Amino acid sequence: MTPRYLPYLLILPVTLFLGLFFLYPFVLVAMQAFDGGGRFSLENFQEVVDYWKFPISLRNTLLLAAAVVPVQLALALLMATMVTRMQKGRDLVLYIWTIPLGISDLAAGIIWLAIFEQSGFLNSMMSGLGLIDRPMNLLSYQNLGLAFLAIALAEIWRATAIMLVILVAGIGLIPKEYYEAAEVFGASPWQRFIRITLPLLRPSLQTALILRVILAFEVFAVVAALGGTLFPVLMSQTYAYQFELLNGGAAAAVALIILAISIAATLVILRVLRVPKGATI
Amino acid sequence: MTAATPAGRPASDARRAGRLVYLAVVGLLCAWVLVPIYFLLVNTLSSPEAVNNFPKAFWPEFDLASLTFFAQFAGMLKALTNSVLVAALTMVMSILIGAPAGYALSRFDFPGKAAFRLLVMLTRAFPLPLLALPLAVMFIQTGLDDTIFGLALVHTTLALPFAVLITFSLFSGIPIELEESAWTLGCTRLSAFIKVVLPLILPGITASAIFAFVISWNEVFAAAVLTIENRTLTAFLLQNLDTSPLHLKFAGGFILVVPALVFIFAVRKYLFAMWGIANR
Repeated sequence: MTPRYLPYLLILPVTLFLGLFFLYPFVLVAMQAFDGGGRFSLENFQEVVDYWKFPISLRNTLLLAAAVVPVQLALALLMATMVTRMQKGRDLVLYIWTIPLGISDLAAGIIWLAIFEQSGFLNSMMSGLGLIDRPMNLLSYQNLGLAFLAIALAEIWRATAIMLVILVAGIGLIPKEYYEAAEVFGASPWQRFIRITLPLLRPSLQTALILRVILAFEVFAVVAALGGTLFPVLMSQTYAYQFELLNGGAAAAVALIILAISIAATLVILRVLRVPKGATI
Repeated sequence: MTAATPAGRPASDARRAGRLVYLAVVGLLCAWVLVPIYFLLVNTLSSPEAVNNFPKAFWPEFDLASLTFFAQFAGMLKALTNSVLVAALTMVMSILIGAPAGYALSRFDFPGKAAFRLLVMLTRAFPLPLLALPLAVMFIQTGLDDTIFGLALVHTTLALPFAVLITFSLFSGIPIELEESAWTLGCTRLSAFIKVVLPLILPGITASAIFAFVISWNEVFAAAVLTIENRTLTAFLLQNLDTSPLHLKFAGGFILVVPALVFIFAVRKYLFAMWGIANR
């Protein structure tokens, strides 16, 4: 009773939409990046890479991702295993822990600005404890390490929740029988975590890491709110090219570089955490 | 758990200590999430003078001057309205476009299904806001530049993969037998869908609609690239970060956070179900 074209009719809107607003602009951005006065050239990339801020922003972006993602992974795993053991108050704790999921990077930056700015809560706390006499300027060129720490903390605070949600959902799919069997054979909680939870969680870990790493390379508003120009990252370079330097070709080139890094990271994660065929639960 | 260790005093002491550590860590992690938000609240509910003063009080003085300043700041209310409008449009479009595809994925096996899933997955794995750059040019050519609708189109692209995968998992959770029995009782495919599936799926659809709303509400980069006169709240705040006084930033940030608190609370039941299956 179902006409054969029905599924195609149903997916048509999404396909058209993604074609028009995802594939087509993607082709456009690539063409713009490789365009040097009407013909194919690498001029834009050359210009972008030679700019003195490029190595710094590339390093900052990668450093930030390298500092933030492992901490988030560990924290999300800890939270997820704690939640699964919880009997009372599970819903409330989960709600609180997932609140940052709904908070934008800009708002997260502003929240941590309230703590780290010169008249902010960290300074107030330190002066209340008698550690300092007058407020220090924590986010300045003199304290670049501290600015990095503030940005990293804000990122960890904001984006651990997305990993937590994926991991909690993944742990929920692991059959309880495995744990019961392991207990019968006398496995300690740590052994159960290493031998059962981690291997069976691999698909979820994969998803969580890919999503998180890609978002980490796109970091922008947190940095803008906390560091401003102190801490250039790739995305802020794109923004600057587009708006301050009005150089669309260069902006597109940086965009493609971010894309290339994201794809490379995705492939690495897929390879390292590959799920053996037919080994899904 | 119980039979493994002989019930002696040292064992139960160790267990109690472990329990205490466990509770302490849970409490600590809750504080880690909540305290920064509380600080923002304190700043928002204090007068501009208190916000710029040092040292800071750790409790709010319940002064609405900062919020009033925010509301009266030129263009701010318009930006707030724009944000709501864009997010609402995104919510409606992503569900209307995404849900049929989710239904198709859950109910039919058809040639090209794998390719379609790949397209949707790809969209999620790409740094999408970057595509706002060429879209800015495309929108100028079509007259969509600097419009609420144009930005909503981009935000819908961001929200679509989630809408498709979430509705896919929701529809998969409803046994096809329910629909089949409706057909045998004389329903057509459409009327069976409306009478049987829709009522069951509606709460989940609402949850994924709210999710789409939050994605749009929070989006910064594309909004900043694509709007000039009709800025959304995020774009407005971002543009004025260098120049705006602290109390304006904090009040703005707080206004950004409030819907997030409400929405996550509203969808909390669905959060895990949605992700659990959507990630397979």
